[in-house]
Amino acid sequence: MKRAFPILATFTALALVYASYQALRVAPTDALQGDVYRIIYYHVPSAWTAFLLFFINFIASVHYLVDSNRSASRVAKWMVLAIGIGGCVVAYVTPLPNGMRPSVAATTALAITAVYFVIGKYFSGDRLDMLAVTTAEVGVVFCTIVLVTGPIWARPVWGIWWAPGDIRLTSTLVLWLIYVSYLVLRRFSNSAQTQVLAATVAVFGALDVPLVYFSIWFFRTQHPQPVIGGGGSMDPRMLHVLLISWMAFLCFAFLVCWLRYRFETMRREVEEAQVLESLLGDDRGPSAETGNPKVALNRSGL
Amino acid sequence: MHKQSFTGGDAMSLPSSTTRGAITRATLTKDIRLEWRSKDALNSMLFFSLLVVVIFSFSFDPLAEESRRIAGGLVWVAILFAAVVALNQTWARELRNQVLDAYRVSPAPPNALFMAKALGNFLFVSLLEALMTPLFIIFYNLRALGPAWQLIPIALLGTWALVVNGTFFAAISLRTRSRELMLPLLLFPISIPAVLGMVAGTTAILTGENSAHFWIVLLLTYDLVFTTACLALFEKVLDAE
Amino acid sequence: MNSIKFLYAAYVATWTIHLLYVGSLVRRYRRLKQDLSELKKK
Repeated sequence: MKRAFPILATFTALALVYASYQALRVAPTDALQGDVYRIIYYHVPSAWTAFLLFFINFIASVHYLVDSNRSASRVAKWMVLAIGIGGCVVAYVTPLPNGMRPSVAATTALAITAVYFVIGKYFSGDRLDMLAVTTAEVGVVFCTIVLVTGPIWARPVWGIWWAPGDIRLTSTLVLWLIYVSYLVLRRFSNSAQTQVLAATVAVFGALDVPLVYFSIWFFRTQHPQPVIGGGGSMDPRMLHVLLISWMAFLCFAFLVCWLRYRFETMRREVEEAQVLESLLGDDRGPSAETGNPKVALNRSGL
Repeated sequence: MHKQSFTGGDAMSLPSSTTRGAITRATLTKDIRLEWRSKDALNSMLFFSLLVVVIFSFSFDPLAEESRRIAGGLVWVAILFAAVVALNQTWARELRNQVLDAYRVSPAPPNALFMAKALGNFLFVSLLEALMTPLFIIFYNLRALGPAWQLIPIALLGTWALVVNGTFFAAISLRTRSRELMLPLLLFPISIPAVLGMVAGTTAILTGENSAHFWIVLLLTYDLVFTTACLALFEKVLDAE
Repeated sequence: MNSIKFLYAAYVATWTIHLLYVGSLVRRYRRLKQDLSELKKK
């Protein structure tokens, strides 16, 4: 397993270089925006990666909350299956907004189900929580990049840094805020059950996102705003480079998550050892005679 | 509210006449009585909300043409901040008297406790609103150009949206450092759709330019979703630690 | 071609943020190693 990391790291570095080359040189220049549009090859993949990571965090949080309870776990499983199958049905039966293709919607629905069961199989208990904190942190990093590159792109193209009615950027901002508050909670909470509390916040955040999206969407219909990062179709060559970029950034995200996860594993081990040490006291030091718990506690840094 | 049987262990089983509703009502009455007895907290909160209105009227010129457009936002932002101060207080008293531990070992369902707390907060914040709104109307010379009665569902649904999540996050924040700061940190991002709904709906009614229907429906959806989530997850939060 | 500056700014910003994060991971990792060696000494 250990040897896989350098191999993957090298591959990722090469992929990123290749993707950047494609983005800067190979992709055709946009007719309207000139070369500035190439920001899209960093902005959009970062967004997709961030959303994927936050989604994994949500699934891990749900698992963490329901796995201890048999009936809740069963309800969750059935709901997820319903989403998967129902999503496929809905995708082909009802008209989709924004001209989304049915195959995309169906794949998304099935992906939700698949991710839920895969994570459930390979992660449990504490490891679910480690996955949650990992994906939250790395997700916030990528989300920050989205929020930084977005305005940098908007300014030369549309003349404004920010449009409050821009549905995608504003929804992303709210998502970022929710997850930053999630991380602050984890940092400030000293309870033994921080993990449960954080998981509930993640669930609340996930419930909030569609509401955020719809509220801004309606606000925009009442107060027309410029649309940053506009929709519409894309030159297939550009789409091709976009997907290459995304693959490269996904590999990078995976690498960073791996590092973060391993760090978290170690951190918990050290923490456990520290707690044990303070509980058992140091039987090689002078405090053993006095049996002074305060000294032992101070030394373990707790 | 239908009768429930409690599985809290043989020695602790309650008589079947104790329903979830009765527990909620009892806890709520207790809270109101306590709050009423210590009128200090109540009075200082009311004075605080008055101060907020005054500060806003100095900061955002009430005579300007635009005041009707921004008044909706001003009122709700002021209420939001006053509500956070109020919410921070309500759990603090429980903590001081170790009431939480008593709740945890009692066979009463945590939902009942949550509803009681949330309803108590709702009454408290509504009281603050009842004070602040007339003041805003006076300072800003507000008059609704649209159907004014629609402001009532917006106020009710909006207040409940803030209070239900606020009570839940206040309970989460109890076990954190800087707990007074933690509550708004958690509450504000999640409340954004609700705040947008309240503000946009109020503005729509005050200016009479748009219909507030969508916003009322949005607030209703928000309330349903999050009330369910809070009731479902409160037990986990209470049991934490 | 003033707008090219924005393109560079975006790319630089992206990698700066990534580097800062990975840097913070490295720093935390080193501190953890330190704690571990302190524990082992006892």
